[in-house]
Amino acid sequence: MKFGVLVNEGPFTHQCSDSAYQFTKAALEKGHEIYRVFFYYDGVNNANKLAEPPTDDRNLMANWSKLAEEHGVDLVVCVAAALRRGLNDDILAPGFRISGLGQLIEAGIQADRLVTFGD
Amino acid sequence: MSDLPEIPPDDEDEFGVVKKFCYVNRKAPYGTVYALESLEMVLISAAFDQDVSVVFMDDGVYQIKKDQETDGIGIKNFSKTFRALEGYDVEKLYVSKESMDERGLTTDDFLVDVEVLDQAAMSALLAEQEVVITA
Repeated sequence: MKFGVLVNEGPFTHQCSDSAYQFTKAALEKGHEIYRVFFYYDGVNNANKLAEPPTDDRNLMANWSKLAEEHGVDLVVCVAAALRRGLNDDILAPGFRISGLGQLIEAGIQADRLVTFGD
Repeated sequence: MSDLPEIPPDDEDEFGVVKKFCYVNRKAPYGTVYALESLEMVLISAAFDQDVSVVFMDDGVYQIKKDQETDGIGIKNFSKTFRALEGYDVEKLYVSKESMDERGLTTDDFLVDVEVLDQAAMSALLAEQEVVITA
């Protein structure tokens, strides 16, 4: 199946990003296709390369980047939501790109299922 | 709202596919950003000519409540944007009857015309959607 994934919360405060990451990873391992992961609301903070969680904790930003690197997953951050929260290309973690909300609508159209992870 | 997305011209059919998108709003309009950014998704979907429905349930019914005053909290009042939805051909607005009744509201309290659905009708509406985004 072809999945789109929507991530609506930032890392750490909520389980949201962890669940979305685990879902995406598991779907890929099962041979499904991830059309795109779209980051909205505080979810854009998952793309901040300046984040430095303690070394004995998981690093969500790095995990997402690794998925992009290993599986070519398209990680798209909403530009309006990102600018509102001080995230721009200068601090964007590897594998992410900033684009418009139309990319979310396109994911909804192209994917068989759009799965939302939020609060 | 000053930053409304531009409507692409009709001959620029971006994706060529129309899907049923439904936005389920469950949170109060102010106090968190969910309502505002959900509305931005609604507007973009409409700009891309999708078949958009918008549902208000739980505290989300307050999003379309008349007479919201935000000056005291220093937050932009975007409530009037709901009245602009019609201009984007977003006319399928639904309110949960149970959520409305629990809060002592009637359709007279709303900024826009809505269809009130009970739980069974709401369930049927959601079942026929192709993309459901809740916030």
